[in-house]
Amino acid sequence: MIRLIERFGRAVISFFRKVGAVAEETGRILLFLFATLKQMVRPPFETANIFRQMLEVGVGSLPVVTVTAIFTGMVFALQTYTGFKRFGAETLVGTVVAMSMTRELGPVLTGLIVSGRAGAAMAAELGSMRVTEQIDALETLATNPVKYLVVPRFVAGLVMLPALALCADIIGIIGGYFVTVGLFNTSSAVYWKQTWTYLESADIYNGLIKACFFGGAISIISSYKGFYTSGGAEGVGKATTGAVVFSSMTILISDYFLSSWLFR
Amino acid sequence: MIRLDEVYKAFNANQVLIGTSFAVKKGESRVVIGGSGSGKSVILKHIVGILKPDKGRVLIDDVDIASLKEHDLYETRKKFGMLFQMAALFDSMSVWENVGFALSRKGTLKPDEIKEIAVEKLKLVGMVNVENLMPSELSGGMKKRVGLARAIAHEPEILLYDEPTTGLDPITADAINDLIVDLRERLKVTSVAITHDMHSSYKIADSISMLYKGKIIATGTPDEIRHTVDPVVRQFITGSAVGPIKVEGVNNERTVNRA
Repeated sequence: MIRLIERFGRAVISFFRKVGAVAEETGRILLFLFATLKQMVRPPFETANIFRQMLEVGVGSLPVVTVTAIFTGMVFALQTYTGFKRFGAETLVGTVVAMSMTRELGPVLTGLIVSGRAGAAMAAELGSMRVTEQIDALETLATNPVKYLVVPRFVAGLVMLPALALCADIIGIIGGYFVTVGLFNTSSAVYWKQTWTYLESADIYNGLIKACFFGGAISIISSYKGFYTSGGAEGVGKATTGAVVFSSMTILISDYFLSSWLFR
Repeated sequence: MIRLDEVYKAFNANQVLIGTSFAVKKGESRVVIGGSGSGKSVILKHIVGILKPDKGRVLIDDVDIASLKEHDLYETRKKFGMLFQMAALFDSMSVWENVGFALSRKGTLKPDEIKEIAVEKLKLVGMVNVENLMPSELSGGMKKRVGLARAIAHEPEILLYDEPTTGLDPITADAINDLIVDLRERLKVTSVAITHDMHSSYKIADSISMLYKGKIIATGTPDEIRHTVDPVVRQFITGSAVGPIKVEGVNNERTVNRA
Protein backbone atom coordinates (compact mmCIF):
# COMPACT_ATOMS: atom_id res chain seq x y z
CA MET A 1 0.00 0.00 0.00
CA ILE A 2 2.70 2.44 1.04
CA ARG A 3 4.65 1.55 -2.03
CA LEU A 4 1.62 2.29 -4.15
CA ILE A 5 1.17 5.70 -2.56
CA GLU A 6 4.88 6.33 -3.02
CA ARG A 7 4.61 5.49 -6.69
CA PHE A 8 1.56 7.65 -7.11
CA GLY A 9 3.32 10.52 -5.35
CA ARG A 10 6.32 10.18 -7.60
CA ALA A 11 4.12 10.20 -10.69
CA VAL A 12 2.38 13.35 -9.48
CA ILE A 13 5.70 15.09 -8.83
CA SER A 14 7.10 14.16 -12.22
CA PHE A 15 3.87 15.34 -13.86
CA PHE A 16 4.10 18.75 -12.20
CA ARG A 17 7.78 18.96 -13.04
CA LYS A 18 6.88 18.44 -16.69
CA VAL A 19 4.15 21.06 -16.50
CA GLY A 20 6.67 23.40 -14.88
CA ALA A 21 9.18 22.74 -17.64
CA VAL A 22 6.62 23.49 -20.34
CA ALA A 23 5.60 26.68 -18.55
CA GLU A 24 9.22 27.73 -18.26
CA GLU A 25 9.85 27.05 -21.93
CA THR A 26 6.72 28.99 -22.92
CA GLY A 27 8.07 31.94 -20.94
CA ARG A 28 11.42 31.72 -22.70
CA ILE A 29 9.71 31.56 -26.07
CA LEU A 30 7.75 34.71 -25.22
CA LEU A 31 10.99 36.49 -24.32
CA PHE A 32 12.44 35.31 -27.62
CA LEU A 33 9.34 36.70 -29.35
CA PHE A 34 9.86 40.10 -27.73
CA ALA A 35 13.50 40.12 -28.79
CA THR A 36 12.39 39.29 -32.33
CA LEU A 37 9.72 42.01 -32.37
CA LYS A 38 12.29 44.54 -31.14
CA GLN A 39 14.65 43.63 -33.99
CA MET A 40 11.80 43.53 -36.48
CA VAL A 41 10.83 47.18 -36.14
CA ARG A 42 14.41 48.42 -36.12
CA PRO A 43 15.97 49.40 -39.45
CA PRO A 44 17.77 48.33 -41.59
CA PHE A 45 15.26 45.76 -42.80
CA GLU A 46 16.32 42.36 -44.06
CA THR A 47 14.23 42.61 -47.23
CA ALA A 48 16.14 40.08 -49.29
CA ASN A 49 16.18 37.54 -46.48
CA ILE A 50 12.49 38.04 -45.75
CA PHE A 51 11.68 37.48 -49.41
CA ARG A 52 13.77 34.29 -49.47
CA GLN A 53 11.99 32.94 -46.42
CA MET A 54 8.59 33.83 -47.83
CA LEU A 55 9.42 31.76 -50.89
CA GLU A 56 10.61 28.92 -48.70
CA VAL A 57 7.62 28.93 -46.34
CA GLY A 58 4.92 29.93 -48.80
CA VAL A 59 5.73 28.75 -52.28
CA GLY A 60 7.59 25.71 -50.97
CA SER A 61 4.59 24.56 -48.93
CA LEU A 62 1.98 25.22 -51.62
CA PRO A 63 2.08 21.76 -53.29
CA VAL A 64 1.52 19.88 -50.02
CA VAL A 65 -1.14 22.35 -48.92
CA THR A 66 -2.90 21.91 -52.27
CA VAL A 67 -3.00 18.12 -52.01
CA THR A 68 -4.13 18.24 -48.39
CA ALA A 69 -6.84 20.82 -49.04
CA ILE A 70 -8.26 19.18 -52.13
CA PHE A 71 -8.54 15.77 -50.47
CA THR A 72 -9.89 17.24 -47.26
CA GLY A 73 -12.58 19.10 -49.21
CA MET A 74 -13.36 15.91 -51.14
CA VAL A 75 -13.61 13.62 -48.13
CA PHE A 76 -15.62 16.21 -46.27
CA ALA A 77 -18.14 16.42 -49.10
CA LEU A 78 -18.22 12.64 -49.32
CA GLN A 79 -18.89 12.16 -45.61
CA THR A 80 -21.39 14.97 -45.19
CA TYR A 81 -23.27 13.98 -48.34
CA THR A 82 -23.74 10.38 -47.24
CA GLY A 83 -24.43 11.44 -43.66
CA PHE A 84 -26.79 14.29 -44.40
CA LYS A 85 -28.69 12.13 -46.87
CA ARG A 86 -30.10 10.22 -43.90
CA PHE A 87 -32.21 13.22 -42.97
CA GLY A 88 -32.57 14.66 -46.44
CA ALA A 89 -30.19 17.58 -46.00
CA GLU A 90 -27.71 16.67 -48.74
CA THR A 91 -28.17 20.03 -50.44
CA LEU A 92 -26.32 21.59 -47.50
CA VAL A 93 -23.00 19.96 -48.42
CA GLY A 94 -21.69 23.13 -50.06
CA THR A 95 -22.41 25.14 -46.93
CA VAL A 96 -20.77 22.64 -44.62
CA VAL A 97 -17.64 22.33 -46.74
CA ALA A 98 -17.27 26.09 -47.16
CA MET A 99 -17.83 26.87 -43.50
CA SER A 100 -15.57 24.20 -42.15
CA MET A 101 -12.79 24.92 -44.64
CA THR A 102 -12.72 28.67 -44.01
CA ARG A 103 -13.29 28.61 -40.26
CA GLU A 104 -11.33 25.54 -39.24
CA LEU A 105 -9.73 23.18 -41.66
CA GLY A 106 -8.02 25.67 -43.96
CA PRO A 107 -6.06 27.44 -41.21
CA VAL A 108 -5.47 24.45 -38.94
CA LEU A 109 -4.40 21.94 -41.58
CA THR A 110 -2.18 24.53 -43.24
CA GLY A 111 -0.67 25.28 -39.84
CA LEU A 112 0.02 21.63 -39.12
CA ILE A 113 1.53 21.05 -42.54
CA VAL A 114 3.74 24.13 -42.39
CA SER A 115 4.90 23.22 -38.89
CA GLY A 116 5.90 19.77 -40.16
CA ARG A 117 7.58 21.10 -43.24
CA ALA A 118 8.86 24.64 -42.81
CA GLY A 119 8.94 24.59 -39.00
CA ALA A 120 11.05 21.45 -38.96
CA ALA A 121 13.34 22.96 -41.58
CA MET A 122 13.77 26.14 -39.53
CA ALA A 123 14.66 24.23 -36.38
CA ALA A 124 17.05 21.93 -38.23
CA GLU A 125 18.75 24.74 -40.13
CA LEU A 126 19.19 27.08 -37.18
CA GLY A 127 20.10 24.11 -34.99
CA SER A 128 22.92 23.02 -37.24
CA MET A 129 24.05 26.63 -37.58
CA ARG A 130 24.20 26.75 -33.78
CA VAL A 131 26.17 23.53 -33.31
CA THR A 132 28.63 24.40 -36.09
CA GLU A 133 29.15 27.84 -34.50
CA GLN A 134 27.72 29.69 -37.51
CA ILE A 135 25.48 31.71 -35.19
CA ASP A 136 28.52 32.72 -33.13
CA ALA A 137 30.26 33.58 -36.38
CA LEU A 138 27.42 35.95 -37.27
CA GLU A 139 27.93 37.68 -33.92
CA THR A 140 31.63 38.12 -34.52
CA LEU A 141 30.86 39.53 -37.96
CA ALA A 142 28.85 42.24 -36.20
CA THR A 143 25.49 40.85 -37.29
CA ASN A 144 22.66 40.31 -34.85
CA PRO A 145 21.59 36.69 -35.45
CA VAL A 146 18.04 37.31 -34.26
CA LYS A 147 17.65 40.09 -36.77
CA TYR A 148 19.38 38.21 -39.56
CA LEU A 149 17.92 34.74 -39.03
CA VAL A 150 14.78 34.90 -36.92
CA VAL A 151 13.02 38.07 -38.06
CA PRO A 152 12.79 36.95 -41.71
CA ARG A 153 11.35 33.59 -40.67
CA PHE A 154 8.88 35.24 -38.34
CA VAL A 155 7.67 37.70 -40.96
CA ALA A 156 7.42 34.92 -43.54
CA GLY A 157 5.25 32.88 -41.15
CA LEU A 158 2.99 35.82 -40.37
CA VAL A 159 2.42 36.68 -44.02
CA MET A 160 2.52 33.34 -45.78
CA LEU A 161 0.32 31.28 -43.46
CA PRO A 162 -2.83 33.36 -44.16
CA ALA A 163 -1.98 33.29 -47.86
CA LEU A 164 -1.65 29.51 -47.81
CA ALA A 165 -4.79 29.14 -45.70
CA LEU A 166 -6.73 31.21 -48.22
CA CYS A 167 -5.48 28.91 -50.99
CA ALA A 168 -6.50 25.92 -48.88
CA ASP A 169 -9.99 27.40 -48.38
CA ILE A 170 -10.51 27.84 -52.09
CA ILE A 171 -8.97 24.52 -53.09
CA GLY A 172 -10.95 22.66 -50.41
CA ILE A 173 -14.22 24.15 -51.65
CA ILE A 174 -13.29 23.14 -55.19
CA GLY A 175 -12.52 19.62 -53.93
CA GLY A 176 -15.96 19.50 -52.34
CA TYR A 177 -17.42 20.61 -55.65
CA PHE A 178 -15.75 17.73 -57.52
CA VAL A 179 -17.28 15.13 -55.24
CA THR A 180 -20.71 16.71 -54.79
CA VAL A 181 -21.24 17.60 -58.41
CA GLY A 182 -19.06 15.00 -60.14
CA LEU A 183 -19.80 11.99 -57.98
CA PHE A 184 -23.26 12.61 -56.55
CA ASN A 185 -24.70 14.50 -59.51
CA THR A 186 -25.91 17.47 -57.49
CA SER A 187 -26.33 20.45 -59.77
CA SER A 188 -23.38 22.78 -59.85
CA ALA A 189 -25.67 25.78 -59.31
CA VAL A 190 -27.01 24.30 -56.08
CA TYR A 191 -23.49 23.68 -54.74
CA TRP A 192 -22.33 27.22 -55.39
CA LYS A 193 -25.56 28.76 -54.17
CA GLN A 194 -25.33 26.78 -50.95
CA THR A 195 -21.66 27.77 -50.63
CA TRP A 196 -22.20 31.48 -51.01
CA THR A 197 -25.57 32.01 -49.34
CA TYR A 198 -24.48 31.18 -45.83
CA LEU A 199 -20.78 32.01 -46.01
CA GLU A 200 -19.96 35.29 -44.29
CA SER A 201 -16.85 37.32 -44.90
CA ALA A 202 -16.14 37.02 -41.17
CA ASP A 203 -15.76 33.25 -41.63
CA ILE A 204 -12.96 33.90 -44.07
CA TYR A 205 -11.09 36.70 -42.37
CA ASN A 206 -11.34 35.29 -38.87
CA GLY A 207 -9.94 32.05 -40.26
CA LEU A 208 -7.10 34.03 -41.78
CA ILE A 209 -6.44 35.81 -38.47
CA LYS A 210 -6.04 32.39 -36.89
CA ALA A 211 -3.68 31.38 -39.68
CA CYS A 212 -1.63 34.50 -39.08
CA PHE A 213 -1.31 33.61 -35.42
CA PHE A 214 -0.34 30.03 -36.27
CA GLY A 215 2.28 31.28 -38.70
CA GLY A 216 3.87 33.50 -36.11
CA ALA A 217 3.76 30.74 -33.51
CA ILE A 218 5.34 28.13 -35.80
CA SER A 219 8.18 30.47 -36.79
CA ILE A 220 8.96 31.63 -33.27
CA ILE A 221 8.75 28.20 -31.67
CA SER A 222 10.79 26.50 -34.39
CA SER A 223 13.37 29.27 -34.52
CA TYR A 224 13.66 29.22 -30.74
CA LYS A 225 14.19 25.46 -30.72
CA GLY A 226 16.85 25.72 -33.40
CA PHE A 227 18.51 28.81 -31.98
CA TYR A 228 19.10 27.24 -28.58
CA THR A 229 20.14 23.80 -29.78
CA SER A 230 22.97 22.13 -27.94
CA GLY A 231 24.60 18.74 -28.19
CA GLY A 232 25.61 18.16 -31.79
CA ALA A 233 23.69 16.11 -34.32
CA GLU A 234 21.51 14.51 -31.66
CA GLY A 235 20.61 17.96 -30.37
CA VAL A 236 19.56 19.06 -33.85
CA GLY A 237 17.29 16.02 -34.09
CA LYS A 238 15.76 16.78 -30.72
CA ALA A 239 15.27 20.43 -31.61
CA THR A 240 13.51 19.49 -34.83
CA THR A 241 11.16 17.01 -33.16
CA GLY A 242 10.54 19.45 -30.33
CA ALA A 243 9.73 22.24 -32.78
CA VAL A 244 7.13 20.16 -34.62
CA VAL A 245 5.53 18.78 -31.47
CA PHE A 246 5.46 22.11 -29.64
CA SER A 247 4.12 24.09 -32.57
CA SER A 248 1.48 21.47 -33.50
CA MET A 249 0.25 21.41 -29.91
CA THR A 250 0.23 25.20 -29.81
CA ILE A 251 -1.83 25.29 -33.01
CA LEU A 252 -4.40 22.77 -31.80
CA ILE A 253 -4.78 24.24 -28.33
CA SER A 254 -4.75 27.90 -29.33
CA ASP A 255 -7.18 27.10 -32.14
CA TYR A 256 -9.91 26.34 -29.62
CA PHE A 257 -9.39 29.53 -27.67
CA LEU A 258 -8.95 31.72 -30.72
CA SER A 259 -12.12 30.26 -32.24
CA SER A 260 -14.15 30.79 -29.12
CA TRP A 261 -12.94 34.38 -29.07
CA LEU A 262 -13.17 35.20 -32.79
CA PHE A 263 -16.39 33.36 -33.72
CA ARG A 264 -18.71 34.53 -30.97
CA MET B 1 44.37 46.20 -25.34
CA ILE B 2 42.63 43.01 -24.15
CA ARG B 3 42.35 42.43 -20.43
CA LEU B 4 40.51 39.81 -18.43
CA ASP B 5 40.10 40.84 -14.84
CA GLU B 6 39.22 38.07 -12.38
CA VAL B 7 36.62 36.53 -14.68
CA TYR B 8 34.28 33.90 -13.26
CA LYS B 9 31.94 31.87 -15.42
CA ALA B 10 29.86 28.82 -14.63
CA PHE B 11 27.53 26.76 -16.81
CA ASN B 12 24.90 25.28 -14.49
CA ALA B 13 26.98 23.65 -11.77
CA ASN B 14 30.12 23.51 -13.85
CA GLN B 15 32.50 26.29 -12.81
CA VAL B 16 34.69 26.88 -15.87
CA LEU B 17 36.53 30.13 -15.24
CA ILE B 18 37.55 30.79 -11.63
CA GLY B 19 39.13 34.20 -11.50
CA THR B 20 40.87 34.09 -14.85
CA SER B 21 43.08 37.12 -15.45
CA PHE B 22 45.41 38.00 -18.26
CA ALA B 23 46.31 40.91 -20.46
CA VAL B 24 47.40 41.09 -24.08
CA LYS B 25 49.27 44.13 -25.36
CA LYS B 26 48.66 45.74 -28.73
CA GLY B 27 50.47 43.86 -31.46
CA GLU B 28 51.15 40.88 -29.26
CA SER B 29 50.42 37.31 -30.28
CA ARG B 30 49.24 35.37 -27.28
CA VAL B 31 48.52 31.67 -27.19
CA VAL B 32 46.42 30.18 -24.42
CA ILE B 33 47.06 26.50 -23.88
CA GLY B 34 45.06 24.10 -21.78
CA GLY B 35 43.45 20.69 -21.82
CA SER B 36 40.24 19.76 -23.59
CA GLY B 37 37.24 21.17 -21.78
CA SER B 38 39.36 23.52 -19.67
CA GLY B 39 37.41 26.57 -20.84
CA LYS B 40 39.72 27.92 -23.51
CA SER B 41 36.90 28.58 -25.99
CA VAL B 42 34.94 30.23 -23.22
CA ILE B 43 37.74 32.78 -22.88
CA LEU B 44 37.52 33.70 -26.57
CA LYS B 45 33.74 33.98 -26.38
CA HIS B 46 34.13 36.38 -23.47
CA ILE B 47 36.57 38.52 -25.40
CA VAL B 48 34.09 39.04 -28.27
CA GLY B 49 31.22 39.45 -25.82
CA ILE B 50 29.19 36.43 -26.92
CA LEU B 51 29.36 35.30 -23.30
CA LYS B 52 29.17 37.62 -20.33
CA PRO B 53 31.15 36.95 -17.15
CA ASP B 54 29.27 36.03 -13.98
CA LYS B 55 31.80 38.12 -12.11
CA GLY B 56 34.80 40.16 -13.18
CA ARG B 57 35.44 42.27 -16.26
CA VAL B 58 36.59 41.87 -19.83
CA LEU B 59 38.17 45.06 -21.12
CA ILE B 60 38.77 45.80 -24.78
CA ASP B 61 40.73 49.04 -25.19
CA ASP B 62 39.77 49.82 -21.59
CA VAL B 63 36.04 49.43 -22.27
CA ASP B 64 34.09 46.81 -20.33
CA ILE B 65 32.51 44.80 -23.13
CA ALA B 66 29.71 43.41 -20.96
CA SER B 67 28.52 46.93 -20.15
CA LEU B 68 28.04 47.96 -23.78
CA LYS B 69 24.63 48.62 -25.30
CA GLU B 70 23.75 46.41 -28.22
CA HIS B 71 24.70 48.94 -30.89
CA ASP B 72 28.08 49.71 -29.31
CA LEU B 73 28.74 46.03 -28.78
CA TYR B 74 28.31 45.35 -32.51
CA GLU B 75 30.48 48.35 -33.31
CA THR B 76 33.21 47.00 -31.00
CA ARG B 77 32.93 43.61 -32.64
CA LYS B 78 34.08 45.16 -35.90
CA LYS B 79 37.52 45.30 -34.31
CA PHE B 80 37.56 41.51 -34.20
CA GLY B 81 38.06 38.76 -36.68
CA MET B 82 37.60 35.24 -35.46
CA LEU B 83 38.59 31.89 -36.91
CA PHE B 84 36.40 29.13 -35.55
CA GLN B 85 37.47 25.60 -34.78
CA MET B 86 35.48 24.06 -37.62
CA ALA B 87 35.69 27.32 -39.61
CA ALA B 88 31.90 27.92 -39.16
CA LEU B 89 31.46 28.96 -42.78
CA PHE B 90 27.87 29.78 -43.72
CA ASP B 91 26.96 26.75 -45.77
CA SER B 92 24.15 28.46 -47.63
CA MET B 93 26.62 30.90 -49.21
CA SER B 94 29.45 30.56 -51.68
CA VAL B 95 33.05 31.07 -50.62
CA TRP B 96 33.24 34.68 -51.76
CA GLU B 97 29.93 35.55 -50.12
CA ASN B 98 31.31 34.11 -46.90
CA VAL B 99 34.50 36.11 -47.13
CA GLY B 100 32.63 39.28 -48.08
CA PHE B 101 29.89 38.85 -45.48
CA ALA B 102 30.96 41.61 -43.11
CA LEU B 103 31.45 43.97 -46.04
CA SER B 104 28.08 43.19 -47.56
CA ARG B 105 26.45 43.89 -44.19
CA LYS B 106 27.80 47.43 -44.31
CA GLY B 107 25.71 48.00 -47.40
CA THR B 108 28.07 50.53 -48.94
CA LEU B 109 29.72 48.30 -51.53
CA LYS B 110 28.31 46.70 -54.67
CA PRO B 111 28.44 42.89 -54.97
CA ASP B 112 31.11 43.15 -57.70
CA GLU B 113 33.36 45.21 -55.47
CA ILE B 114 32.84 42.86 -52.54
CA LYS B 115 33.70 39.88 -54.71
CA GLU B 116 36.87 41.61 -55.84
CA ILE B 117 37.94 42.22 -52.24
CA ALA B 118 37.00 38.65 -51.30
CA VAL B 119 39.16 37.26 -54.09
CA GLU B 120 42.04 39.42 -52.95
CA LYS B 121 41.68 38.24 -49.32
CA LEU B 122 41.48 34.65 -50.50
CA LYS B 123 44.75 35.18 -52.34
CA LEU B 124 46.25 36.43 -49.09
CA VAL B 125 45.54 33.05 -47.51
CA GLY B 126 46.81 31.21 -50.57
CA MET B 127 43.51 30.31 -52.19
CA VAL B 128 42.80 30.94 -55.86
CA ASN B 129 39.86 30.02 -58.10
CA VAL B 130 37.70 28.88 -55.22
CA GLU B 131 35.50 31.96 -54.84
CA ASN B 132 32.49 30.38 -56.55
CA LEU B 133 32.63 27.05 -54.72
CA MET B 134 30.32 26.18 -51.86
CA PRO B 135 31.81 25.43 -48.40
CA SER B 136 30.67 21.79 -48.67
CA GLU B 137 33.04 21.37 -51.62
CA LEU B 138 36.11 22.30 -49.57
CA SER B 139 38.43 20.15 -47.45
CA GLY B 140 39.01 20.89 -43.75
CA GLY B 141 42.22 22.81 -44.38
CA MET B 142 40.68 24.83 -47.18
CA LYS B 143 37.70 25.70 -44.97
CA LYS B 144 40.08 27.04 -42.34
CA ARG B 145 41.80 29.19 -44.92
CA VAL B 146 38.48 30.56 -46.12
CA GLY B 147 37.48 31.12 -42.49
CA LEU B 148 40.71 33.04 -42.05
CA ALA B 149 40.05 35.11 -45.15
CA ARG B 150 36.59 35.90 -43.79
CA ALA B 151 38.08 36.88 -40.43
CA ILE B 152 40.49 39.37 -42.00
CA ALA B 153 38.20 40.73 -44.72
CA HIS B 154 36.98 43.74 -42.74
CA GLU B 155 40.54 44.51 -41.62
CA PRO B 156 40.16 43.89 -37.91
CA GLU B 157 42.68 44.98 -35.26
CA ILE B 158 42.35 41.80 -33.26
CA LEU B 159 42.35 38.23 -34.54
CA LEU B 160 41.07 35.37 -32.44
CA TYR B 161 41.88 31.78 -33.32
CA ASP B 162 39.92 28.89 -31.83
CA GLU B 163 42.13 25.82 -32.20
CA PRO B 164 43.47 26.81 -35.62
CA THR B 165 45.26 23.53 -36.28
CA THR B 166 42.97 20.98 -34.62
CA GLY B 167 41.74 18.30 -36.95
CA LEU B 168 44.27 19.01 -39.67
CA ASP B 169 47.11 16.79 -40.83
CA PRO B 170 50.57 17.96 -39.67
CA ILE B 171 51.53 19.49 -43.00
CA THR B 172 48.29 21.42 -43.46
CA ALA B 173 48.49 22.44 -39.81
CA ASP B 174 51.96 23.82 -40.34
CA ALA B 175 50.81 25.71 -43.42
CA ILE B 176 48.08 27.31 -41.29
CA ASN B 177 50.72 28.22 -38.67
CA ASP B 178 52.84 29.88 -41.34
CA LEU B 179 49.80 31.74 -42.52
CA ILE B 180 49.05 33.03 -39.03
CA VAL B 181 52.64 34.24 -38.58
CA ASP B 182 52.60 35.79 -42.02
CA LEU B 183 49.31 37.60 -41.40
CA ARG B 184 50.56 38.92 -38.10
CA GLU B 185 53.59 40.40 -39.76
CA ARG B 186 51.68 41.82 -42.67
CA LEU B 187 48.59 43.12 -40.92
CA LYS B 188 50.20 44.06 -37.57
CA VAL B 189 47.25 42.66 -35.67
CA THR B 190 46.92 41.69 -32.03
CA SER B 191 45.96 38.07 -31.68
CA VAL B 192 44.80 35.51 -29.18
CA ALA B 193 44.88 31.86 -30.14
CA ILE B 194 43.74 28.95 -28.05
CA THR B 195 45.13 25.54 -28.76
CA HIS B 196 46.49 22.38 -27.23
CA ASP B 197 48.90 21.91 -30.12
CA MET B 198 52.31 22.78 -28.62
CA HIS B 199 54.11 22.75 -31.94
CA SER B 200 51.70 25.38 -33.20
CA SER B 201 51.98 27.39 -29.96
CA TYR B 202 55.76 27.67 -30.15
CA LYS B 203 55.53 28.75 -33.74
CA ILE B 204 52.86 31.45 -33.57
CA ALA B 205 53.20 32.85 -30.05
CA ASP B 206 55.01 35.86 -28.66
CA SER B 207 53.81 34.68 -25.29
CA ILE B 208 52.01 31.62 -23.97
CA SER B 209 49.58 31.37 -21.05
CA MET B 210 48.42 28.12 -19.55
CA LEU B 211 44.85 27.73 -18.35
CA TYR B 212 44.37 25.10 -15.67
CA LYS B 213 41.40 24.61 -13.36
CA GLY B 214 39.85 27.92 -14.38
CA LYS B 215 42.95 30.02 -13.75
CA ILE B 216 45.94 31.19 -15.74
CA ILE B 217 48.74 29.39 -13.91
CA ALA B 218 51.71 30.46 -16.02
CA THR B 219 52.58 33.02 -18.67
CA GLY B 220 55.86 33.39 -20.48
CA THR B 221 57.65 33.50 -23.79
CA PRO B 222 57.73 30.23 -25.73
CA ASP B 223 61.29 29.67 -24.45
CA GLU B 224 60.32 30.28 -20.84
CA ILE B 225 57.40 27.90 -21.14
CA ARG B 226 59.55 25.29 -22.83
CA HIS B 227 62.00 25.36 -19.93
CA THR B 228 59.50 25.74 -17.12
CA VAL B 229 59.89 23.83 -13.87
CA ASP B 230 56.19 24.03 -13.00
CA PRO B 231 55.13 20.37 -12.93
CA VAL B 232 51.64 21.04 -14.32
CA VAL B 233 52.90 23.05 -17.29
CA ARG B 234 55.73 20.59 -17.78
CA GLN B 235 53.31 17.69 -17.97
CA PHE B 236 51.11 19.50 -20.45
CA ILE B 237 53.82 20.64 -22.84
CA THR B 238 55.52 17.27 -22.87
CA GLY B 239 52.18 15.57 -23.33
CA SER B 240 52.41 12.98 -20.60
CA ALA B 241 49.46 11.13 -19.09
CA VAL B 242 51.40 10.81 -15.85
CA GLY B 243 51.69 13.81 -13.55
CA PRO B 244 49.65 16.25 -11.50
CA ILE B 245 47.01 16.65 -14.27
CA LYS B 246 44.67 13.69 -14.04
CA VAL B 247 42.99 12.35 -17.12
CA GLU B 248 39.31 12.07 -16.35
CA GLY B 249 37.98 8.52 -16.18
CA VAL B 250 41.43 6.98 -16.50
CA ASN B 251 43.14 5.08 -13.72
CA ASN B 252 46.55 6.72 -13.47
CA GLU B 253 48.00 4.04 -11.20
CA ARG B 254 47.49 1.45 -13.87
CA THR B 255 49.03 3.72 -16.49
CA VAL B 256 52.12 4.06 -14.31
CA ASN B 257 52.37 0.35 -13.69
CA ARG B 258 52.08 -0.43 -17.35
CA ALA B 259 54.77 2.13 -18.11
